[in-house]
Amino acid sequence: MEVGRLPISAALKGKLVSAGYTSLSLLSSLSPSHLARGAQTAWDMLHEEELLTRITTSSVDIDNILGGGISCRDVTEIGGVPGIGKTQLGIQLAVNVQLPIHCGGLGGKAIYIDTEGSFMVERVLQIAEACSNDMSATNTVSQDVHAGKVGMQPRDFLENILYFRVCSYTEQIALINYLDKFISEHRDVKIVIIDSITFHFRQDFDMALRTRLLGGMALKLMKLAKKFCLAVVLLNQVTTKYAEGSFQLTLALGDSWSHACTNRIILYWNGNERYAYIDKSPSLRSASAPYAVTAKGIRNSVSNCKRIKLM
Amino acid sequence: MANQLISEMGLPKSIANVFAARNIRTAKDALSLTEFDLMELVDMGLTEVTSVLVHISERVSPPHQTARSLLQQRIQNEQLAGHLPTGLKGLDEALFGGIPFGVITELVGPAGIGKTQFCLKLSLLASLPTRHGGLDAQVIYIDVESKFSSKRLIEIGAQSFPEIFHMSGMAQEMAGRILVLRPASLAEFTESLQQIKILLLERRVKLLVIDSMAALTSGELEHGASKINPLGWHISFLKSVAELSRIPIVVTNQVKSQSSDEAWRYNFQEPLGVLCAVGTRRQDLEDTSKYDSHLIAALGIHWAHAVTIRLILETISGERFIKVAKSPMSPALAFPFSITSSGISLLNDDGIEVVGQEISTIHCHDVCML
Repeated sequence: MEVGRLPISAALKGKLVSAGYTSLSLLSSLSPSHLARGAQTAWDMLHEEELLTRITTSSVDIDNILGGGISCRDVTEIGGVPGIGKTQLGIQLAVNVQLPIHCGGLGGKAIYIDTEGSFMVERVLQIAEACSNDMSATNTVSQDVHAGKVGMQPRDFLENILYFRVCSYTEQIALINYLDKFISEHRDVKIVIIDSITFHFRQDFDMALRTRLLGGMALKLMKLAKKFCLAVVLLNQVTTKYAEGSFQLTLALGDSWSHACTNRIILYWNGNERYAYIDKSPSLRSASAPYAVTAKGIRNSVSNCKRIKLM
Repeated sequence: MANQLISEMGLPKSIANVFAARNIRTAKDALSLTEFDLMELVDMGLTEVTSVLVHISERVSPPHQTARSLLQQRIQNEQLAGHLPTGLKGLDEALFGGIPFGVITELVGPAGIGKTQFCLKLSLLASLPTRHGGLDAQVIYIDVESKFSSKRLIEIGAQSFPEIFHMSGMAQEMAGRILVLRPASLAEFTESLQQIKILLLERRVKLLVIDSMAALTSGELEHGASKINPLGWHISFLKSVAELSRIPIVVTNQVKSQSSDEAWRYNFQEPLGVLCAVGTRRQDLEDTSKYDSHLIAALGIHWAHAVTIRLILETISGERFIKVAKSPMSPALAFPFSITSSGISLLNDDGIEVVGQEISTIHCHDVCML
């Protein structure tokens, strides 16, 4: 019997088929552990996780609740209302990934996929300049000179951000399919930022098709993250939904999408402060931390009454 | 890009034929299906389908460039690296040169505050020769509420640039560059947009003003009325046209009041009025009273995400302010302004820093609504 005729969800069928199991006969001889091919023991995974470096967000408080920063081999979704700082955080990460490891980066390049035209190159230059100044100010020069490197200039930061502009959902899907080949040819890419994942999927879409396409995209991005050991950051917009008797804010793209990403961070206003809240994570506890958006980029909040709330 | 034909992608003839037979003719058709759907449809194995999709994807993917080359391009090819100066010094500085090309800039505020005045001035500025800071280009002004006044336009021109407007025939030439459209309905508006796309892409028109976007759908965007946003197509269209033609698009928006029902919060935030800690008690009580009625921008949250720059015009205690409420590259600054015979002028070029939720609130009259 074909896998297609089995009474299971389309997403599951897709996963089985992409692993090569197209008929029932192929499945019947397997044991569950065999099916989870490519599985590792938890001990091996722990070792790997300890070696993982993280990318700093430039806000110590956010880094702390994230266990050090944005993690590699993972897809992290970041959502929030307009103007809260999603693109700012995206640009900050695109710059920070280039920092040497002892400064909180990965010494790698960034891919920035812009679906909305929010990437203002003047702002990127401003953030890169601030980063470059901060680096030379913290006296790491001797270490870098020893390693044969010179301080990074703003133009170097800009040189290492590979910018793609996507104008339709077709281009978005095509690019995500193409990334595997592209990154194989550009192995120094250590972060892929998509700003935003939502825009081309918001209007006039057949819901069932959208769910399937988004699910497919999420899987491919997770594979990319694991295969090349890089961070994938997806920026999402918000919408309102009716729940518990009133309208609530929630991230866009629906309930099935909210299951697709491993990690989810929501940026929101709390009084006069911007906060980041860990909405979903397999290993971090729910917590929120304040941050600020300054001329230099994302920085720690300097408010007196800030509090890191553990939920 | 999305409409590229599969038959022209260099795939083996047999495969292209099978796809065509199943009505998969464009890249969009192929990429809208999952691998599993395709396998079933064209009766091919997984590896084959995957390699076809990879081939198509590579063809359809947009090219990349480094951020550095993007910046260099802008500096070399565009005026002020892609900005239209407004003539308001403080605002131009905050916006790194002026209204940016390639994105949507929104002006939102209560009625009568000066949005149309600002648009008239901008239209004039764009039509001026480059040696006077203009774009030396045509402007399309979509005047939904019949607020465009040529008389006022000429007055602004004569007062702001007397040296140009005193030359005979200049007023006529400048005003002659501004094309005013008056769509009577959303359908007419949609049609005009499609028609002017060609003009925009041919680069003869270098500024598009829509005054106002909200008037096109007044009443139709009731909260929860319909899942499909009637302006959804227009938002995408405007963004992509702005981007492709690298022109600024300026849109005005109205305000509406937000009921306490719409005090939007996430499900993990405490509801208003709950006393969390002694220190925050007073603030929460204040919050509840403030949410009784306050002003928000019309057109909804989807629109709010789509605009790149949001400038809020508001009155606080009788003074008018223009505030940079959303901008990827500017801090939130508010500048006091007044309306004069030469258009809008700032009373203070340094601006006042605005923090927190104040950034996105809209004040009206003397009463501070939030």
